Formats: sequence, structure tokens, C-alpha cells
Amino acid sequence: MATSLVLLQAVAELFPNGISRYAVGGLLVGLGTVVIYVGTGIPAGASTFLESTLSYVSDQSRFQRYVGSRDWRVVFTAGIVLGGLAFAATVQSGVVTTSLYEPGTTGTLYEVAGVTLWATDVQPWRLFFGGILVGIGTRIGKGCTSGHGVCGVGSASKTSLVGVATFLTVAIGTAQVVAALGVSP
Amino acid sequence: MADRHPLFKPLVFVGGLIFGFGLGFSHMARPEVVVNFLLFEDLGLPFVMFGAAIVSGVAFALLPRIRDAAPLTGDPYERRLKPFDRNVLVGGAVFGVGWGLSGICPGAAYASLGVGNVTILWALGGMFLGAYAQGYWRSRSRAPEAAAAGAD
Repeated sequence: MATSLVLLQAVAELFPNGISRYAVGGLLVGLGTVVIYVGTGIPAGASTFLESTLSYVSDQSRFQRYVGSRDWRVVFTAGIVLGGLAFAATVQSGVVTTSLYEPGTTGTLYEVAGVTLWATDVQPWRLFFGGILVGIGTRIGKGCTSGHGVCGVGSASKTSLVGVATFLTVAIGTAQVVAALGVSP
Repeated sequence: MADRHPLFKPLVFVGGLIFGFGLGFSHMARPEVVVNFLLFEDLGLPFVMFGAAIVSGVAFALLPRIRDAAPLTGDPYERRLKPFDRNVLVGGAVFGVGWGLSGICPGAAYASLGVGNVTILWALGGMFLGAYAQGYWRSRSRAPEAAAAGAD
């Protein structure tokens, strides 16, 4: 009895926001991927958009190879942005409520025209320099958390499994060092 | 490419909507939540990534047995495996440093803009800058590189 209580408490500490919002969100991310795959046969990832969109403004050969897919990748990204907005206008705004959603306490909420929006407290320099490395790394490493993490792992690709293990390990190390240096948020 | 099915883009859009809604609901659009995972303070993140991978994995495994080709493109349902080389490790490590520093990855950054996080434009600007820098450099250093079309 006492040990199971200790165990329960340990689990609660590892998952302070429960797991349902993560699991449900993950199912939806997977469902979005599946909808596109069923109709088109394309396992879509998010990071190629960065290069394919650059092909509109740069004739570097590296970007021009994505000319054929650049239009639908813009549509995919617009869908992701508006999907985030749809979430904000419904669940985040409290218009739709579900016990599966744990609102948490991160960042800052603000309101525009009755929609509850959210802004990060993470410092801009972290976002900017981190973003640069994300832009370089995902394109050299052939994928990001969706291309490798969702599509690649989903097709049991050894390349993607190694890619995920690499960026996950390095990201954990990086975040630990950044936090140890006293940078927060 | 020109004569794609008229429903091709609408379907991609709907898929993107669901994908983005999921990133919002799971709080992956919030850099704080990703950083909290990397600091082992909230271990929820793998439920998102692996949950999504399982759902898509089932479709990737089943569809080729049900149909030969996708209705809107005529493309076969096949595994598009990316070849492994040193770049996967080097790029993965660079991405890892960026992800660990910022707590944001490309898809989540797009969704983050949607949930109202205007500050994420710093990250999106950085991502375009980084993607441009590597593309500029690689276009120069080995122009005839085989077109290993990355589907992501």
C-alpha cells in the first residue's frame, strides 16, 4: 500500500500535466499525417517547407529541387498555422471543454476579439539562435520531429530512428547545460 | 505536377489543420513544455511523437495492402526511406542543439504562430536563415548532388 502510493506520487511528479493532452494531441498529429498519406501517398514532414519556400526567392540549386512540391507545402503549413488558431479559438479559449485537456501554467495568455491567445516567455535570443540551428540541422539531417520522428519512426526507418536518437540525446544535453548556466526561461 | 487532382491541395490543407490542432492541443506549440521535457520535469512529449508515429505507422503498413496507388496523385503507397549517411548524425546533432536551446521545431513553430505566439517569429526567421545558409553552402560545394528527394 505504502509503496504503491510512493509509486503513484513518483508518476504524478513525472507527469505534472497528466498524459491525456499529449496522447490526444499525438493521435491528431498522426491523423493529420494519415489524411494526407491516404489521399496522396506522401508522408509529409514540416521542415522541407523552409527550403521549398526559399525556392520562390532564390535560384540556388539546393532550393530549386523542391519547386515541384513548394505549392502544396505552403498549403500544408498554412493548414498547420490555422489548425493552431482553431485550437486557440476553441479549447484554449474554453469554448470547447474536455477533461482530456490540461491547460497548464506556461507562458502568458492574452485576449484578442474574444479568442484566448498564448505567448511564450522564452527569451527571443534563444528562439532566434535555436531557430538558426534548427534550420541548418533539419535540412542537413534530412528531417525533423515530424519527418523523422513521426513519418520515419512510423515506417520503422533505421535512418530516422538514428536521427531521432541523435537529436533527442543532443537536445536533452543542450537544455540541461542551458538550464545549468542559469538561463530561464 | 500541373494536373494534380483538384482535391489535392484541399486535402493537404485539411491534414495540416488536424496536424496543427494536435500540436496546439498537446502543447508542443509551447517551447516551455518542450524544454520541461528535455529537463525531465514533464515526460509527456514522447506520447505525442510516438503516439503520432504509431497512428501513421498503422496507415503506412496497411494502405499498401489495400490499394496500389493514392487516389489524388496516382503515386504508389511505398516506404520512402531516406539513405543513411554521416549527414543524419551531423544534422541531427545540430538540430538537437537548436531544439534544446529554443524548445521549438519546425511544425510546432508554425502551429505556435497560430495559437497567438507572435514571439515565435524570431524562431521562424532563424529557421529560414539557417535553411538558407546550408542551402547556399551546399549548392556551391556540391552542385551535382543526387536528388535524394526528402519527403519531409
